[in-house]
Amino acid sequence: MALAVVIFLLVIGSVIFHFASPWWFTDIAADWGSIDFTINITFWVTGFVFIACNLFLAYCVYKFRQKDGHKAVYEPENHKLEVGLSAITTIGVVAMLAPGLFVWASIVTPPDNATEFEAMGQQWQWAFRYPGADGIMGYADTQLVTETNPFGVNVEDPNGQDDIIVTGPEMHLPLDKPVKALLRSNDVLHNFTVPQFRVKMDLVPGMISYIWFEPNKAGRYDIMCEELCGIGHFVMRGAVVIETQAEYDVWLAAQPTFAETQAVAAANPAAGQAQYAVCAACHGAQGEGNQALNGPKLAGQQAWYIERQLKHFKEGVRGGEGDTNGQAMAPMANMLADDAAVRNMAAYIASMPDTPATPTITGADVANGAIIYDRNCAACHLDNGDGTWYTDAPKLAGMSDWYFVTQISNFRAGIRGLHPKDDYGEQMVGMSTAMSGLEEIEDVAAFINTLR
Amino acid sequence: MSLFKTLTEKPWERKGVIGGLNPEGAFESPPERVALGFFLTIASVIFSMFGVSYVIRMSLPDWEPLAEPSQLWLNTGLLVISSVLFQWARNTANAGKQKNLMTAFIGGGVFALLFIAGQMLTWEGLQASGFYVASNPANSFFYLLTGLHVAHLLGGLWVWSKSSIRLISGSKPEDVRLSIELCTVYWHFLLIIWLIIFAILSNT
Amino acid sequence: MAYVPLADQDSEMEMHHPHSWVTKYVWSQDHKVIAIQYGGLAIAVGVVALVLSLLMRMQLGFPETFDLIDPSSYYQSVTMHGMIMVVYMLTALLLGGFGNYLIPLMCGARDMVFPFLNMLSVWVYALSVLILMSSFFVSGGPTGAGWTLYPPQTSMAGTPGHDMGIVLMLLSLAVFIVAFTMGGLNYVTTILQYRCRGLTMMRLPLTVWGIFIATILGLFAFPALLVSAIMMLFDMLLGTSFFMPAVIESGTPLDHNGGSPILFQHLFWFFGHPEVYIVALPAFGLVSDVLSTHARKNIFGYRMMVWAIIAIGGLSFIVWAHHMYVSGMHPYFGFFFATTTLIIAVPTALKVYNWVLTLWEGDIRLNAPMYFAIGFIFTFIHGGLTGLFLGNVVIDLPLSDTYFVVAHFHMVMGVSPVLVIFAALYHWYPKVTGRMFHEGMAKAHFWCTFLGTYAIYLPMHYLGFLGVPRRYYAMGSTDFIPASAQDLNVVITYAALFVGAAQLLFFINIFWSLRNGEKAGPNPWGSASLEWQTPDTPPAHGNWGDELPTVYRWAYDYSVPGAHEDFIPQNVPESDEPTADEQHFDPDHDESKADA
Repeated sequence: MALAVVIFLLVIGSVIFHFASPWWFTDIAADWGSIDFTINITFWVTGFVFIACNLFLAYCVYKFRQKDGHKAVYEPENHKLEVGLSAITTIGVVAMLAPGLFVWASIVTPPDNATEFEAMGQQWQWAFRYPGADGIMGYADTQLVTETNPFGVNVEDPNGQDDIIVTGPEMHLPLDKPVKALLRSNDVLHNFTVPQFRVKMDLVPGMISYIWFEPNKAGRYDIMCEELCGIGHFVMRGAVVIETQAEYDVWLAAQPTFAETQAVAAANPAAGQAQYAVCAACHGAQGEGNQALNGPKLAGQQAWYIERQLKHFKEGVRGGEGDTNGQAMAPMANMLADDAAVRNMAAYIASMPDTPATPTITGADVANGAIIYDRNCAACHLDNGDGTWYTDAPKLAGMSDWYFVTQISNFRAGIRGLHPKDDYGEQMVGMSTAMSGLEEIEDVAAFINTLR
Repeated sequence: MSLFKTLTEKPWERKGVIGGLNPEGAFESPPERVALGFFLTIASVIFSMFGVSYVIRMSLPDWEPLAEPSQLWLNTGLLVISSVLFQWARNTANAGKQKNLMTAFIGGGVFALLFIAGQMLTWEGLQASGFYVASNPANSFFYLLTGLHVAHLLGGLWVWSKSSIRLISGSKPEDVRLSIELCTVYWHFLLIIWLIIFAILSNT
Repeated sequence: MAYVPLADQDSEMEMHHPHSWVTKYVWSQDHKVIAIQYGGLAIAVGVVALVLSLLMRMQLGFPETFDLIDPSSYYQSVTMHGMIMVVYMLTALLLGGFGNYLIPLMCGARDMVFPFLNMLSVWVYALSVLILMSSFFVSGGPTGAGWTLYPPQTSMAGTPGHDMGIVLMLLSLAVFIVAFTMGGLNYVTTILQYRCRGLTMMRLPLTVWGIFIATILGLFAFPALLVSAIMMLFDMLLGTSFFMPAVIESGTPLDHNGGSPILFQHLFWFFGHPEVYIVALPAFGLVSDVLSTHARKNIFGYRMMVWAIIAIGGLSFIVWAHHMYVSGMHPYFGFFFATTTLIIAVPTALKVYNWVLTLWEGDIRLNAPMYFAIGFIFTFIHGGLTGLFLGNVVIDLPLSDTYFVVAHFHMVMGVSPVLVIFAALYHWYPKVTGRMFHEGMAKAHFWCTFLGTYAIYLPMHYLGFLGVPRRYYAMGSTDFIPASAQDLNVVITYAALFVGAAQLLFFINIFWSLRNGEKAGPNPWGSASLEWQTPDTPPAHGNWGDELPTVYRWAYDYSVPGAHEDFIPQNVPESDEPTADEQHFDPDHDESKADA
């Protein structure tokens, strides 16, 4: 009896929950209304069946519950009824499946006028490539990937020279133009998903998969990875900006071509050295760092990281609210006039002799730090703490441990990493939760001190 | 009784004892044979899964066919002899004869061991010529398929050795008849599997 | 072919009667003891997996508050929870546990065909569990690659447990497959060859049919997993490139080239999809018998139910790639697999109709097993219908890899089979132990589990509609997930903790009732099927005393017009059918034995 009532109430409650729910598909921003249409068909058909079957179930439980003197009716089967019900079910299935197959046919056949772009995933970031003026993308291969050629474009291929290279996680697309995304991965499976576009597809290393769509609403949308790709899966984010053709053209023109990225003049450490005098005051003449003046050790750090951070200070990406020491860095970084000057400085710092910094943390639990580091940090910063450009991870081993503590604390407090232009800072905001608080941060710092 | 008829009968209309002493629908064989039948089906599924993987992997661009060493022909001969001897043992045991039973049965196993030794020589030869397991997917599959086949043979040889011990220690033919029969069926199965593997390997 | 007839075999059959405590309870060859060992171990690992899921829920519901797990252990929990629940808990409990206990009893056999192999099966299973659990204690911990173990990720540095953990996982699976094969050969052979006199296939209870077809599915599907595990081990340990393409690990190119990760996915799901039905079909069978017994009605449309089990079993081998619509496989496969997948809805729906129609015009006893069985119908309808979303390739595109998928498969192969398992555990508890469970506690257990799980999974579907991706340790900030989604997560976590705690009621009940439950008698439910007609309760070693039973009718003679009682046991001859004017039918006084 109670069971019949509860089933009845559950059906009613589910229906109320559905209609009262503010949680539903996010507004569609691509020309895939047909997908939403098939969802609606299925939703109404299955919703009807859900209500009908369960109400009938509740009725049966109520009506035929055991009573004195009542006996069940003997009926082994009713073939006609069963066949009839199967037929009705089949009709319902066809009604759901048929439109689905038609829509699928258009999903798997990109229109001829779709323009191509490439989305490349690797642990745990996105990068994008456009075919350039010739409309043809150059041949690329994971085996050709290097720090200066992250897409592995074949330098011999003339089609690749004018390819537009976007190494940051934000890409742009024009409004109301069909586009075909060619998807490639350098390491594991990833998945290119923009919930507003409704479509998604895996990136599979060793092959090129594709998906096409036509964005029809301007805006900035998240690109999510939706295929488990390792420990950083949940922080692998990108963004796509949908804008008018004119805006898009302006943006595209500002991005470097592949040839340009290959032709960057070699950095000049001597020029960097000349400007380093200002830095030496806080960071030491040999980049050895000075805790009293809040200047972390620089010597030994990888050039790409120094370069990126200097740009961040220049652009105000770092040194925001709450980061007083970072604020002090901003005017210093601004003394480097242009990208070339930044690169020269980074090259000079990378050339400094690297002596491990003196540990300042004592009494921490190194064993606990080791566990936390191996489980969570080593995936990007490597087992030996050297870091690598591939995962955007700076060197930690032999660097200033106190600086590590303040920076992790800043990530945890949201002081660092949440600026919209800090492309990979948010990843550290997510990952730094692996340490529960100052104590564990110091444990990890103490462990890193043993990596030298 | 056909499967269709079984499945369409209305059990609530049929009352009383149906069938004789044995359950209706049961196979007219000892359960060991039925179980072996299922096991051979499972083994076939395993080998065909590898076969499908082989075909799919072969279609990828880095495949370089492996030239199978001619020694495999010799090995095949050994396995055929092994199977023939097992069949001889089976026939002898079914006829209830003691003569030659031991020779045939133990001989069959020995030839299977020779086959395995031959396979190992083949592997060594390949290794010596620089065809390692990881050199190319064709090589990988060669080692994998032959190795898996040998592993199945070793499993059979374990049963064979137990039966041989019983035979040597004087069991009557009728006591070991079932074991011999099952071994024989298994050996024929592995011979067929080997011939298929060999055909696939040497034709790709 | 001198095949020894069964009846002769019976008199000659050597029962390995236990001589000591160890042979009786540890190295036992009695299918009933083995069933309890299988079931107990499966439930124990299930509890481990339950705890892992609660850890995950704590992280998702209160990401800032608790510091129980870091990203690494989150992914390890996801993986281990999934693999344990699907393979080591559900498969082992339904086939190793219920299969072992019920097959010989329902078939009127003394034991399985190969009792020694059966004993090996459970101990090899224990070994596989031991290997799996040991991965918690090795350096790097268990694998965190997701239960699907997709390469190349499984063996690469960015994945927790990429060195020892994954090897132990693959090894454990291989050992499990060996155990399953030993058990499975026993089940099918016993069902085919050891049915007692008069017991035709169509007279078998649906439980046996479900387990029979599920075992055949398992025997043919697990090899695919074994094959993929072997090839993956080759890739990892010997450096081959079956599945491994050229990849970069932490900035360093690896020495692989040309392999196909998608090939692995095909093999995995060729196992993985039938696996769903390896779990579902025994549950379908068990619930049919519980429903029929307590509705005092034959299962409606028995023949259709058998055909549906067979049809679902067959179809389950040609739908696997519906797990791979967005995997990058050739998109034209989508047409084929969407069609086959939706076809499966027809026999499945028919089963649901027939369950409900079994209740129609029944005389429904609303006791605890029946509560669980009816609760199952509700959750299975829900879970089955959401499957129609995901099977339809177009709708899968926005929903795959979101919480909608998580909610769907938990509803359909988590909650539903677990409700059946509880229904069945309560239903057969009196036969296994000889005592009744505590009805009130069992009902309380039902309400907490049934309502609690619905509170978990109904809102979770809506997270999926929103597009919240699964397997995210933390959401961070997005532009499409409203802040209120976190409220749902909090509710779900509370509900999950509640359901987790409520399972204590079950454990307290079964242990308390062992001593304190009422004596049950041989057939407390008035059930017609053979397992309730044993001379002893619990059944003694050998099950049937001196002589095997003879079967005269199907397993569902309930409320037959003209009969005095509302059930007629399978082993009552037609001539002995008690009619309304006869006095009283005593199931203990079974004259059929004298006839045989």
